[in-house]
Amino acid sequence: MTVLGGLCLWLAFLLGVWGALAGFVGGWQGRRDLQESARHAVFAMCATLFVAVAALEWALFQHDFNVEYVAAYTSRNLPIFYTWSALYAGQKGSLLFWATVLSLFGSLAMLLTARRHRALLPYVAGVVCTVATFFVSVMLFGQANPFHRLAYTPLDGNGLNPQLQNPGMVFHPPMLYLGYISITIPFAFAIAALLSKRLDADWLVAIRKWTLLSWLFLSIGICLGMWWAYVELGWGGYWAWDPVENASLLPWLTMTAFLHSVMIQEKRGMLKKWNLALIIGSWLLSIFGTFITRSGVISSVHSFTQSNVGYFFLFFLIAAATASFAVYANRLPLLEAEARLESMVSREASFLFNNLLFVGIAFSVLWGTLFPILSELVQGTKVTVGPPFFNQVNIPLGLALLGLTGIGPLIAWRRASISNLQRQFAAPVTVGVFTALVLLVGGMRDGYALMAIALGGFVVATVVQEFARGARARHRQYGEGHAVALGRLLARNRRRYGGYIVHTGIVILFIAFAGMAFKTETEATLRPGESAILKSPYGWTYTFTHLGVSQYDALNRQVTAATLEIARNGKRLGVLTTEKRQHVDGFGRPTFQPSTEVGIRSDLREDLYVVLAGLVNGTEQAVFRFTINPLVWWVWYGGMIVALGGLIVMWPGGGSPAVKRTQAGYAVRLVGEQ
Amino acid sequence: MNAGTKFAIGAVLIVGSVGYLMASGVKQTGQYFLTPSELSQKIAVDPSFYNVGMKVGARVVSGSVTRDMAAQTLRFQVTDGGARYAVVYHGLPPDTFNDSVEVVVEGRLHKDGVIYATNVLAKCGSRYEAVPKA
Repeated sequence: MTVLGGLCLWLAFLLGVWGALAGFVGGWQGRRDLQESARHAVFAMCATLFVAVAALEWALFQHDFNVEYVAAYTSRNLPIFYTWSALYAGQKGSLLFWATVLSLFGSLAMLLTARRHRALLPYVAGVVCTVATFFVSVMLFGQANPFHRLAYTPLDGNGLNPQLQNPGMVFHPPMLYLGYISITIPFAFAIAALLSKRLDADWLVAIRKWTLLSWLFLSIGICLGMWWAYVELGWGGYWAWDPVENASLLPWLTMTAFLHSVMIQEKRGMLKKWNLALIIGSWLLSIFGTFITRSGVISSVHSFTQSNVGYFFLFFLIAAATASFAVYANRLPLLEAEARLESMVSREASFLFNNLLFVGIAFSVLWGTLFPILSELVQGTKVTVGPPFFNQVNIPLGLALLGLTGIGPLIAWRRASISNLQRQFAAPVTVGVFTALVLLVGGMRDGYALMAIALGGFVVATVVQEFARGARARHRQYGEGHAVALGRLLARNRRRYGGYIVHTGIVILFIAFAGMAFKTETEATLRPGESAILKSPYGWTYTFTHLGVSQYDALNRQVTAATLEIARNGKRLGVLTTEKRQHVDGFGRPTFQPSTEVGIRSDLREDLYVVLAGLVNGTEQAVFRFTINPLVWWVWYGGMIVALGGLIVMWPGGGSPAVKRTQAGYAVRLVGEQ
Repeated sequence: MNAGTKFAIGAVLIVGSVGYLMASGVKQTGQYFLTPSELSQKIAVDPSFYNVGMKVGARVVSGSVTRDMAAQTLRFQVTDGGARYAVVYHGLPPDTFNDSVEVVVEGRLHKDGVIYATNVLAKCGSRYEAVPKA
């Protein structure tokens, strides 16, 4: 099977080179035969790579330890669930996974693109084949062939790193990869539009849907990553501003900016250059992210081992950036705006500021991530910036953005009148101010947290007001019941109201982030029967009583588990178990470092988060870290609501969304304004 | 004043505040990242490097680790092949910490030549890439 897999890689490489040539030349010279051939090359590449993936999975499940990759990431005692996910646990396998998913997305783009965008497809095929071929050639020429065989056959494999043996890890990397990889499709459409000079409003529709899709995957991937970090790494938080986390955030920020500014282009024919630059930039950032994850240029706890694969990516990044911006610069004259900004107090202006903030945040994150390298180049000494830098810069910018989340959707296009402002903002501003007052009286003194929650109240009020007005208008116009009116409002204007749901999710996330300002922590060494006490930010007193330690063997690990009894204000809440795991190989010998299984007790208000650090001299006396993290549950809820809103916006069906939105939106607005 | 100019002012304000936040952020939170050799060179020429917050990236000297679990104190030495420093850390080391791992020690070098760490990060080179058994 591995012979077949290796052959498939070569075949995919040849198909990719052909597809790229045929796509670009066919598009350029308008030759139908070449265009068809490029299209088929994408399908064939996809099929070939799927066979290669099947071959690698076969080797993994057969425990063919003669294959280096199989020996490096699996073992006989690894649960089946994780044997499957070993496909993308290592550098080589993840490159294969990447190329395969890209060719799959490319094929879907070939199949699903509406007839009127067909002229773009040869170039799209060309770009997809180029990028996929790059990934395949890294495997073939960068000593990263997952089918590489060893000179001997080990009796058992190395096993999968225990920190990757978590359900979150089965879903988080593929989701993130799907997000990363699918950015290539909007990028391919952007390049296709530039090359074919079809820069009318139409190409936007093709790009927007794909951007939304990869934005959705990336959002879910980032949230799952936070969840994994929180439950598995045991340091007590979900976001550490690690270079690898930042790398996933960067394209998310620029894509979010694009999803907003694209509306201005659709409505007013402005910002064409900016939008294209955002798409190209998002894609380059995704490749950049891959580069820093894999090259080891920036030290990160997440990094793959250093390898020369990094140079391939650096070269590719520079070549791709040069090529795309050369095409872009060449087509700039075709991208002139059709309208001008008319007033500062208008939706256009608020969206422009929103975009500036998104890009500003992205730039500061990029700057902070690269700062060790930049400072070494300039000063000769490495200077690093950590979470304090990112928080100090991004909290104020994030709060400004949160404010705009409420303002942008309500303010009129072109030029807002005083009466428009009063009508739209009187109630939400009141809610925001009231929230702030309640918190102040309630004793909250953290300025940023207070602002986050008050602005959150403001934004939620704008969303509620929009839903209420829309539903009331339908109720009056069509005589629908209130619930039916609300449901139809959402169903008929998915883009607009789905967007509001995303905003609500974002507000919940911000409030949850603000909660972390009140986290409390203590460490204690306890004998069985002894207790530690920790005050929660709500004023409760938690007592953690160490009940005892048990040690036992599980499938592929030795477990040391400590059980604690928890009481709040003296009232017993239940028990919590926290573990230290030592993974072992098939012969019972320890593999990897011991890993922590955090004991977490969640409710809507706060999480109790208990880590067993170790035992004192092998006795039952144990060292614990106790953390109370307020509002963490809301991070996961907020993430789900964002994903739900994104799904609603994307949900296909029922005519062109632009037309529907204009009709329904105007009807509602007119009725509402009476 | 037309809308374009007003917008430009707004944009300059935003870009300016982003720039200001970044510059002040780097100034207030930036930390030197040094290897033990670099640190000993710096300290030789400029004693003001004592008691300054910094990060030191190095490898733990094999066999130098003493853990006092009950007092939650960890003592070890780090080296990059050149200079060698003793480190004292109160707190819980990460799971990946052992006596041959690469670490990033966050803390201050005192006059007694010991780095008092506020945080120890263990960088496990084989985090995702386990080294195949030879």
